[in-house]
Amino acid sequence: MRSDTIIIGGGLSSLVCGIKLQKAGQRCLIVSAGQNALHFSSGAFGLLGKLPDGTAVKEPMRSLSFLPEEHPYSKIGVDKMAGYVSETPAFFESCGVRLHSAPIAGEGGFPANGYRLTPLGSLKPAWLAMEDVTLLQSKDNIPWSKALIVNFFGFLDFNSGFIAEGLSRRGVDCRVETVSIGDVENLRKNPTEMRSVGIARVMGKENNWKEFGSKVRKLSAGEDLVILPEVFGLGDPVIIQWLREMIPAEVMFVGTMPPSVPGIRTQMRLKKAFEVAGGTFLSGDTAVNPTVEDGYVTSIHTTNLGSISLDADNYVLASGHLFGKGLESTPSKVVEPVFGLDTDFPSDRKTWCDEDFFARQAYDGYGVVCDGSFRPFIGGKSVRNLFVIGSEVGGCDSLYEGSGAGVAIMTAMSVAGNILSGK
Amino acid sequence: MQEKNLSFNNFEQCIKCTICTAYCPVVAVNPLYPGPKQAGPDGERLRLKNKFFFDENLKYCMNCKRCEVACPSGVKIADLIHSARRRFSRNIPDLRDRLLANTDLLGKVARPVAPVVNSIVSSKPVKAVMDVMMDIDKARAFPKYQRKGFVRWFKKEAADNQEAYSKKVVFFHGCSTEFQHPEVGKAFVRVMNAIGFGVKLVDEECCGVAMISNGLWNQARRHAEHNTRVFREVVTGEGLPVVAVSSTCAFTMRDEYPDVLDVDNSDVRDSITLAEKFIFEKVDSGEVRLAFKDDYRARIAYHCPCHNEKLGWGIFTKALVGMIPGVSLTILDSHCCGMAGTYGFKKENYKYSQEIGRPLFEQIRSLSPDFVCCECETCKWQIEMSTGYMVLNPIVILAEALDLEATAVANSVR
Ligand SMILES: Cc1cc2nc3c(=O)[nH]c(=O)nc-3n(C[C@H](O)[C@H](O)[C@H](O)COP(=O)(O)OP(=O)(O)OC[C@H]3O[C@@H](n4cnc5c(N)ncnc54)[C@H](O)[C@@H]3O)c2cc1C
Ligand code: SF4
Ligand code: SF4
Repeated sequence: MRSDTIIIGGGLSSLVCGIKLQKAGQRCLIVSAGQNALHFSSGAFGLLGKLPDGTAVKEPMRSLSFLPEEHPYSKIGVDKMAGYVSETPAFFESCGVRLHSAPIAGEGGFPANGYRLTPLGSLKPAWLAMEDVTLLQSKDNIPWSKALIVNFFGFLDFNSGFIAEGLSRRGVDCRVETVSIGDVENLRKNPTEMRSVGIARVMGKENNWKEFGSKVRKLSAGEDLVILPEVFGLGDPVIIQWLREMIPAEVMFVGTMPPSVPGIRTQMRLKKAFEVAGGTFLSGDTAVNPTVEDGYVTSIHTTNLGSISLDADNYVLASGHLFGKGLESTPSKVVEPVFGLDTDFPSDRKTWCDEDFFARQAYDGYGVVCDGSFRPFIGGKSVRNLFVIGSEVGGCDSLYEGSGAGVAIMTAMSVAGNILSGK
Repeated sequence: MQEKNLSFNNFEQCIKCTICTAYCPVVAVNPLYPGPKQAGPDGERLRLKNKFFFDENLKYCMNCKRCEVACPSGVKIADLIHSARRRFSRNIPDLRDRLLANTDLLGKVARPVAPVVNSIVSSKPVKAVMDVMMDIDKARAFPKYQRKGFVRWFKKEAADNQEAYSKKVVFFHGCSTEFQHPEVGKAFVRVMNAIGFGVKLVDEECCGVAMISNGLWNQARRHAEHNTRVFREVVTGEGLPVVAVSSTCAFTMRDEYPDVLDVDNSDVRDSITLAEKFIFEKVDSGEVRLAFKDDYRARIAYHCPCHNEKLGWGIFTKALVGMIPGVSLTILDSHCCGMAGTYGFKKENYKYSQEIGRPLFEQIRSLSPDFVCCECETCKWQIEMSTGYMVLNPIVILAEALDLEATAVANSVR
């Protein structure tokens, strides 16, 4: 079965690359083993929050020159990065995903980091945010003095106490309330499964979000800020807008435990955009058994399609990090399981992780070794028509830097560009 | 250090992310159902300690496998659920469940009196009795039984010609082709013959999917063992593939036999396939050519049944139907129709079944296609009843759209 490009993995990087190629007239096939990191998204995309040495970044584009040469952004180069960064909001808009940046732009109109409120009550840098998330201009100054945090009665995946504690430390006076809605109460028949998406489904019904909105409006008299869990607008984010209009105070939505409602919405919309553009998406299927001859991938197979060989001119590996199973660790090695690509990790296993769970973890920085065009190597030999994108790419610790979505989108756009220009 | 999983269903790989629950169509509508995470990996940890923790509400799972398709950790959630039901359920299937489970037996009994049965089961008073006495929902339209089955037609009209073909396939027709939709089987034989393959029938029994969902484990196992044995003779003996026209039959015989019923089919599994996959592979490799009619025109909406989503073979139907020159094909959003075999027949499920399928029905109505294409007969019943749009198996569409004479010539059959 022939395609122009086959992409392995179905997350953010894969979909961005697939949509770009498909819209440019290619026939693309995505093979996706299971759902992906977008389902854990905070609702905001990071481009660069910190340099590898820990220096905080205010304007990502102005900090690029401080990144090491093996960093994916350095490989792409400042000029191309500038183009992709400018293009990103309109690209997502064309896929039905509306993103906004911090209220005030940085130098040259390039983005400055905004700050989102985390479920732990701290502020974290972000580049672009989905409709749910509010981006503040400064991480030191919260422009409200009083906040009301509202949760659904019995919903354990939104810890209003943590948020109140974090905000109180920043001098915001917090009050916590819970609200009961009949249909949400129904979900509690099954306490273990009263989760974000379940509530979001119930809240998709007009009578429910209206009842919720008017209860919150009553509670919020005299408050500056109202904080709600991110459980609205799973199908259509317009509900978020309507709630903002109903409630007189500033309304902020804050992340819950996974699955992430804004993340799933984004995933569904990107997948739909890919399919509407004519792409083929194989859900729940795993890429296996590639054939690589003389430095070229000639075919791959999948678990579901068995003996049918899938061939293409170009192949893109977007199968994620350790978390997405794009990389696997054995007692002695970090391996890329589909092609056996060369990876970058220290041989002393003791240095891989820190026993302090919250400390920076070295393994987060391991990845596939790539050349300047994101082509990988097998046993030191370059593979010419295979490209690696997303969190699988080595050369950066994107969790630490806060560059997860940025690396995914930038590498996807860069590789799509290379494939289309035939480089 | 432990390097490998201990369990075949990967349950210790669960990272508790609840993504499965987010994609489960039953959780979305039925508050009694504990949901895939709780019913699957979470419950399994408890059940392994003490079977007392088994929850009979696991019966609400439709076995649609959408949880497994979504799980980022490869946990075989629905397998966990149904093998737990098999091991621990103390529920004894009642008359209604036995009746619904025995799709083949029901057919054999109903057939000689088909016109009578059809008008009886569609009559209001009888539906009311079925509703009260047997908990089969009275709003449900029953598929019509055909008096003359597929096998009888095959023996009389087609069997003799099949020897003339040097290449052959074994056809697993399944219950619905035999009892309700013989036209699907006839279309299959016509298309296969035109592309140069003779059709052979074997002593098949119902694949057993309805027995699995209704908890008739021993019977399901007997069917699985029987079919696997019969296939073994033709697959390993004669090197023939076994081709089905229902994605659910194909899926059950490939994956549920080993994963839920513990029947080893490893030597035949890869040879069990679906008509569209079989034909596509032959066309793709150049072994077979298709010649379509010039004047065939249709606006078709394709619904990929859950079990075909799980098999991952919807692309073959899309590719084949998409090849037909006069067809405009729309792929419907991936959504369960809510029927899940015999699930939607049951009174306790009827309301949920309709609610699950609603987005699909609305999309079909808004597209208003000439007809819907789908590889599963129970989806067909549900969609036809709920939308009024006709649903055709892709093999029927192909038989209609192909110029069978020209195809036979192109494949040097005549
Ligand atoms: C828990 C978590 C939360 C995060 N939150 C944020 C956030 O809020 N903001 C942010 O900017 N970044 C965040 N990130 C960073 C995140 O990694 C990136 O934003 C981005 O989503 C990564 O996308 P990806 O396409 O590289 O990989 P993934 O999203 O990991 O997708 C990989 C896909 O490949 C599939 N796959 C793996 N192997 C195979 C195979 N053999 N065949 C077929 N498919 C295969 C997997 O099933 C998966 O679908 C988060 C990461 C994690 C782990
Ligand atoms: S999706 Fe998979 S990993 Fe996540 S909770 Fe369900 S079974 Fe566990
Ligand atoms: S098989 Fe379908 S109904 Fe059963 S738990 Fe999984 S998603 Fe839900």
